[in-house]
Amino acid sequence: MVRLITHNLLACHVKNCTSNNFPLAFKDLGDTSLPAEQPDMIDDEFLQKLHHVLLEIHVEEGSMVCPNCNHVYPISNGIPNMLLAEHEIG
Amino acid sequence: MIPTPDLSHLTRQDYEHVYEPAEDTFLLLDALEQEASELKEIRPLVCLEIGSGSGCVSAFIGGILGPSAALYLCTDINARASRCTLTTGRQNKVPLESMIASLALPLLSRLKHSVDILLFNPPYVPTVIAEAENAQGTADIEGSWAGGIDGMQVTDIFLQTVESLLSAKGRFYLVAVKENNIPDIRARMSDRHGLQSKIVMQRRAGREHLFVVQFFR
Repeated sequence: MVRLITHNLLACHVKNCTSNNFPLAFKDLGDTSLPAEQPDMIDDEFLQKLHHVLLEIHVEEGSMVCPNCNHVYPISNGIPNMLLAEHEIG
Repeated sequence: MIPTPDLSHLTRQDYEHVYEPAEDTFLLLDALEQEASELKEIRPLVCLEIGSGSGCVSAFIGGILGPSAALYLCTDINARASRCTLTTGRQNKVPLESMIASLALPLLSRLKHSVDILLFNPPYVPTVIAEAENAQGTADIEGSWAGGIDGMQVTDIFLQTVESLLSAKGRFYLVAVKENNIPDIRARMSDRHGLQSKIVMQRRAGREHLFVVQFFR
């Protein structure tokens, strides 16, 4: 189960990939309930949407891509695979 | 009393590749149960278990704190173990965030000084170096116990990151055996990382003299 709160804690850790390595990009998540920028007014409606996006959306299949080095971290059966190949380990 | 997590969904086949809870696991559960009121008092928000295996320990801590009280992150290098962790969470109604990862590597930069409860029952059995290296490489059941020199080969790597993960009120629980040289571990964590420690529980189980050590600021 990859909830977005978890995705929010994962960064690319490929050797020498130390800047612009977060957030990992989802392909086609398809949820647009949150505005791109933090709103001035934090009301209940916004908090409910935030709660939904962070804690209730589960990504079962897909991938997360590093915006810097383009490393692809696959998600399968709700489990992200964050392992690196031998030559990528720092 | 906090019930031992329900693992009835796991099969013999699972336990061919994933460590089945044993004396060391139960010692850690007993230690956490003893600490339960103190753990609840610090109101933990982020729990992280390294090498979650069957998921038994994280499901148990979820039972102590409540399923939505904290975020329960679990890593394991063994994909089958990550699968078992996920299903154990479901079986026990604790949302365990299971991921396949080596130690806490993909979380280090984002969880700096943010982990309130950190748990590691490492591969602590002394073996030859190559056996421990090979076991981590193949990421199967041997990786859950083969610990190389002094049984500290994997643990030592993780210990270097503990201080950077622990929050101000954070607690790190480590399972160890006598051969790991616990006085030396505690001295190093104090001298190099400024972390205090205490032995929470110890027990003899067959040939093993097992300890649960807690580290804190």
